[in-house]
Amino acid sequence: MGKALLKRAGLLAGTLLLVSVLAFTAFSVIPGDPTASVLGMEATQEEVAAFRAEHGLDLPVWQRYWSWLTAFVTGDFGRSFKFDMPVAELVVTRAKVTLVMAAISFVLIVVISLPLGLIAARYRRGVVDRIVTVLTQVTMSVPNFIMGIGLMFLFALVLKWFRPEYVPLEDGLGAHLRFMVFPALAVALPKSAMTVKLLRGSILGEMGQDYIRTAYSKGNSQGSALRRHVLRNAMIPVVTFLAMAIGDIMAGSIVVEQVFGVPGLGRMLITSIGNRDYPVVQAIVVMLAAVVVGCNFLADLLYRVMDPRIDGR
Amino acid sequence: MMLSVRDLSVVFTDWGKEKPFTAVDRFCLDMDRGEVVGIVGESGSGKSMTAHALMGLIRRAQVTVSGSAVFEGTDLLSLSREEMRQYQGRDLSIIFQEPMTSLNPTMRIGKQVEESLRIHEKLPKEERRVRALDAMALAGLPDPESLYTQYPHQLSGGMRQRVMIASALVLRPRLLIADEPTTALDVTIQAQILETLKDINRREGTAILFISHDLGVVKALCSRVVVMKTGKIVESGPVDEVFYHPQEEYTKLLISSRPARKKLRGGGANG
Amino acid sequence: MGTHRNWYLTIGMTLTALMLIYMVVGFFWTPYVPSAISAADRGAKPSIKHLFGCDSMGRDIFSRTLEGAGTTLTIALAVLAVGAVCGLVIGALCGYYGGPVDALVMRLCDAVAAFPSVLLALVVLAVTGPGKYNVIGALGVLFIPSFARLVRGEFLKYRDRDFVQSARLMGVSDLRVIFVHILPNTWPVLLSGLAIGFNNAVLAEASMSYLGIGVNPTEPSLGYMLKDAQGVFFTLPWCTIFPAAVVILLILGVGLVGEGVRERMGVAS
Repeated sequence: MGKALLKRAGLLAGTLLLVSVLAFTAFSVIPGDPTASVLGMEATQEEVAAFRAEHGLDLPVWQRYWSWLTAFVTGDFGRSFKFDMPVAELVVTRAKVTLVMAAISFVLIVVISLPLGLIAARYRRGVVDRIVTVLTQVTMSVPNFIMGIGLMFLFALVLKWFRPEYVPLEDGLGAHLRFMVFPALAVALPKSAMTVKLLRGSILGEMGQDYIRTAYSKGNSQGSALRRHVLRNAMIPVVTFLAMAIGDIMAGSIVVEQVFGVPGLGRMLITSIGNRDYPVVQAIVVMLAAVVVGCNFLADLLYRVMDPRIDGR
Repeated sequence: MMLSVRDLSVVFTDWGKEKPFTAVDRFCLDMDRGEVVGIVGESGSGKSMTAHALMGLIRRAQVTVSGSAVFEGTDLLSLSREEMRQYQGRDLSIIFQEPMTSLNPTMRIGKQVEESLRIHEKLPKEERRVRALDAMALAGLPDPESLYTQYPHQLSGGMRQRVMIASALVLRPRLLIADEPTTALDVTIQAQILETLKDINRREGTAILFISHDLGVVKALCSRVVVMKTGKIVESGPVDEVFYHPQEEYTKLLISSRPARKKLRGGGANG
Repeated sequence: MGTHRNWYLTIGMTLTALMLIYMVVGFFWTPYVPSAISAADRGAKPSIKHLFGCDSMGRDIFSRTLEGAGTTLTIALAVLAVGAVCGLVIGALCGYYGGPVDALVMRLCDAVAAFPSVLLALVVLAVTGPGKYNVIGALGVLFIPSFARLVRGEFLKYRDRDFVQSARLMGVSDLRVIFVHILPNTWPVLLSGLAIGFNNAVLAEASMSYLGIGVNPTEPSLGYMLKDAQGVFFTLPWCTIFPAAVVILLILGVGLVGEGVRERMGVAS
């Protein structure tokens, strides 16, 4: 197990390195000088030269990459072209906002989908199951930003449960969370629908297995067969899916932040792309990539822990 | 009489659109304590369905089980699901044809062997373990101590079937139903498992209802045999009589279709 | 079981057919010129005259969704064409021949497929700039790995089957074995893969256009309409509701078809 994991970790580190190379070189070789969009068209030759020297744009690409990478791993993400301040400072506050949102989304997904999936599977072909099946199919088809707009319409306009204006953490944790639940829900709902579907299918698949018949033959009731035998096995693909979903949640946040006006990483990314503020874009891309890669590793780890059969292969 | 089955029928009402399908038709059987009885027939003859009906494992609303099966004075077929649970795993046990899939892949062997104990008796953990190890030894598993913490995928088919036997025997049931327990195994291992079952019957006095499509295997183990075809009993009697003087064409066919082979005797339990 | 009707396929086919008609109509006919501004109709409510109402500039929403849906369809199909064709060739060759090149290509595919496609497309478009063809290129390339993996898996399954072996023994060329003997067998899996891919393409395009880095503002797109409508969401909700409904119904319809195909073929989803 240790060896396989080590190999996996190495592979993921390699992936991350590749992403960083691509992110860096992509923004370095594109036509169009960032100086123009940052300094404006009227900038003098001297101003441009000074800017280029300050940000090390005169050096060859590989040299710039190397100094960027070595600085990056120590937490120095470079300087923003646009705001003329360290990228780390710009990004960290935004990252916190996005992380809070992603965390709420994840909790919501678990809280919504696990009971629904269980109930749907337990009372298969019953009324609840049919309603859940239709709802999941429809919910899965709603892009999360449209879900966000829908939630905004329902909860802010019709029910007036919240004002569609971002509440920062400084206004109190409760108020902050109360606002953040809604964008988080927009990300969580489509993902929950997929989880419900997966869990229901997984439980039903396991319930038809031979070992469940064995469980009944020992005197297990339906409930205890479900608890003792079905759940553990049925959860294996679901847990893996949930760990991998964290990457999708982050990606979903980027879009949904725009709907609710949440000043997170996503908005920062979009703004920086518009400004051609590449140090910021690079930092955010590599950070998001790290989260995705980390979650894939976690999914793999959980899979190995939960399914003893992997070990033997 | 320990078990007395009368007119046991299993009918599928959802088979196709109009006609119900009768999988088992008025099956009758008497078994004494400690007796070993065989049921033979081709696949689809209703023999497995009979076993599952007796174990109370047919629980679909679209399948009707009728008749009576009086076990130690109680009609099993008239019991509610909850009442039947008290018998399952304690007085009656079953082992299945597929040792590869009949064990829970993510549960340790020990836990699976002692599960019936957990359900039917409140015992301290250590005592449960002792009794599980004892049952594993009885089922001919070498080194139960180390097997206790292993997972099914680490074991061969024969060993898994022995784990199934151990978990069926942990509460020393009076009747063990063996539903084609050796069909999926190699011939050598098949013989070893049969020896183990014989041994258990001798030492513990466990009655065995042995189901097989192979009349030869039944002959090696059972004293009496019931021959089934398309859900009905076609012939029954002492095993030697049925084997050497079959009355029915179908039985003759079953005997002649068996490839001739030497009787195998197995040694240790390294399935 | 088994005899009940495949509702997924029935409803999905109907819905998809309706949406396709909607989109194709948009290529040839719209009641108004989609970009025509009419001061008199600013913020008009849905009516007989303007079926889905008008936006704050007086543009007819119905006409705009018709044309926008056409753009979305074009992009999704083009992305699918790029992704599926390249993925098919790569996956088929890798699955059929195997070897170290296969291992390397699949590692690369795993790495790319691990990332959410919207995120990657965003980065690519940040480099190339917005525009219809850039969106198609970016998404198309990003969709290759998932198709390649799917096709490779299928080819691995079939390459050692008897009918393939006997074809090879009879001297049939490798290319012919790949495309004539194996490929037709992979249809059911490919078909549901295509349905999923189509939906992801629609979703990605709409999301990116909504973020303002997809198609150019001058090109009509459902995502861009939703972005435009955000500011007037509380006063002119129809500007949001109708384009959103078109996107949802399209994804729902194709999703149901994919589901139905999987159910019919007995492939686990």
